[in-house]
Amino acid sequence: MLSFFSKPRIRGGVHAEEHKIVTSTQTIIRNFPLPQKLYIPLQQHVGKPAEPLIRVGDTILKGQLLAYSQGMISAPVHAPSSGTIVDVNDYPAPHPSALPIRMIVLETDGKDEWLPIKKIEDPFTLPPEDISLRVGAAGIVGLGGATFPTAVKLNMGRENNIDTLIINGAECEPYLSCDDRLMQEQAEQIIDGIRLMLHGMGTGKAIVAIEDNKPEAYQAMQLAAFNHQLIQVIQIPTRYPMGWDRQLIGYVTGREVPVGCRSSEVGVTIHNVGTAYAVHQAIRHGRPLVSRVITVSGGAISRPMNVEVPLGTLISEVFHFCQINIEQTARIIMGGPMMGDALPHSGLPTVKATSGLLALTANELKNTEEQPCIRCASCISVCPAGLRPLDMANNIRINQLDAAVDLGLKDCISCGCCSYICPSNIPLVQYFKYASGEVAARQQAQHKSEQTKRLIEARQARMERIAQQQYEEEQARLAAKAERERLKAEQEVSA
Amino acid sequence: MYVLSAIVSLTLLGLLLGLLLGIAAKYLKVESSPIVDELESLLPGSQCGQCGFPGCRPAAEALAEGKAAATICPPGGSSLAEQIATLLGLELDLSTVKEPELLVAKVSEATCTGCTRCFKVCPTDAIVGAPKQIHAVVADACIGCKKCVEVCPTECLQMHPIEVTLRNWRWNKPSTAGHAVC
Repeated sequence: MLSFFSKPRIRGGVHAEEHKIVTSTQTIIRNFPLPQKLYIPLQQHVGKPAEPLIRVGDTILKGQLLAYSQGMISAPVHAPSSGTIVDVNDYPAPHPSALPIRMIVLETDGKDEWLPIKKIEDPFTLPPEDISLRVGAAGIVGLGGATFPTAVKLNMGRENNIDTLIINGAECEPYLSCDDRLMQEQAEQIIDGIRLMLHGMGTGKAIVAIEDNKPEAYQAMQLAAFNHQLIQVIQIPTRYPMGWDRQLIGYVTGREVPVGCRSSEVGVTIHNVGTAYAVHQAIRHGRPLVSRVITVSGGAISRPMNVEVPLGTLISEVFHFCQINIEQTARIIMGGPMMGDALPHSGLPTVKATSGLLALTANELKNTEEQPCIRCASCISVCPAGLRPLDMANNIRINQLDAAVDLGLKDCISCGCCSYICPSNIPLVQYFKYASGEVAARQQAQHKSEQTKRLIEARQARMERIAQQQYEEEQARLAAKAERERLKAEQEVSA
Repeated sequence: MYVLSAIVSLTLLGLLLGLLLGIAAKYLKVESSPIVDELESLLPGSQCGQCGFPGCRPAAEALAEGKAAATICPPGGSSLAEQIATLLGLELDLSTVKEPELLVAKVSEATCTGCTRCFKVCPTDAIVGAPKQIHAVVADACIGCKKCVEVCPTECLQMHPIEVTLRNWRWNKPSTAGHAVC
């Protein structure tokens, strides 16, 4: 009973069937055959798309800069292998809509030749600003799936007096085990990456939080962190969505992030373990982010595995390597089954955000036959954000979005716990995704109508001004005419 | 005698009150109903006439008098209907409201003669151009009123649906297969 009070409580969440064991027990496969063509999107991150600086026909080496970052929040894109640029054009994006975005198409030459790299002897002698600059130049973004440029977060760390860096090793999504394997195999490198991040942020301590369903990863990380007083490795309960930043901060530090605030406002920053590994690669070896470890799993995959894949590899090629059973595939998902995106086909490239590729069979999907709500309130008890999903869905169903916003629609994180738990198979999270988009669209429409009013008023004012001007000119012309006539009359009189 | 005094006093009273009312009407006159002004400021102001009224002002008056439903304005869609209903304190079921299909005008360069007629009628100055130069539509400023389409002599101005990109793509509403509201 006492432990119930002393342990920080976790609000909501579900414990789904894990399906992790098939991939988490095998080593990461690193001999993925180099694809003939790589499709590299210019936007693989939150923020502005990168601007290409290569031309079609250019020969390039692995790791060479292809597109530079634009503006404050952006990330550059590098060549995942050596070869020739054959096209810069619009191709379908790895997104549920598969709408086209700009991509660079690289035809590989098979040599996989790295650009010559200058190594730094001791990165800890560099000023912290230099670490963020190098991390930014390496194109590193949050590899947990949010893809926020890491350098921007490091800079924010220096500016906002962050006292704790949390390294997210929760990996709470079912099926995924790429972070687990990375921690088991590359613990030293990850710890080194964390030390570099601490140096770059000027932060005192780091806490690595790992769910207790990954004991091997926990042991490996603890061993690697043994000599580093600043880095603490802890175990956290296995409960989805434990990897959600607010849930993790709440559990690890006991602080609650207020609504509408960033985690930096309570003195915490979160980075993923994969990001820490990428930072190590960038600073110690000068290697930009050109590949990542992806979990390929699901019932329709004959050889489920964790595999390191060059960014821009088509999903179909990854699936082919892992021997997909196409007849059995009912759904292709990028990311985890809870929050990942269902893709319409597999002719789409892998990107920095691709943590997992799942080919699920019909048996693994949730029954979607919708039944009436029985008001069991399961959705309320599992909602980690403390919302009332059933009431929100009711309002959205009759298009009363304002009422749904009042109930906290904007605090919904689309984790999918409500849809997962609903015994009546009501597509709750789907309603919230639709409504969030619709609210954004309405805000845009309102902004446009304000702009329209401004334009109409400006036009009316201009028309009035022109009419006034014409009237004045007419008056002036008439006055001049009268003056001329008067002069003429005077001349006649004097003559 | 009593009758006469009653008639006189009541007549005087009537005249006095009439005078007071007349003065009050002149000095305490309200220019227009404030609710109508508020409603008009919500409406798009493009005077498109799709509601069946000659402009946004008459539509606002009809709304204020309760002669029109909150869902009167087709270009405003359900977002506007919701705002009107909040202002007037009406109950609103929006499940029947059809969202307007957003259109923007587009100039076909092949047939534009640079006659300048279109940008003279454009209420939002969304068309740019000069005499004998090919005109162009600024899609962000176009409100889809179709006034330019009507005046274009070569039919080079046509309405097109707004192109869906990753920036404006949205999730569809889950279909409710006729189930009762939970």
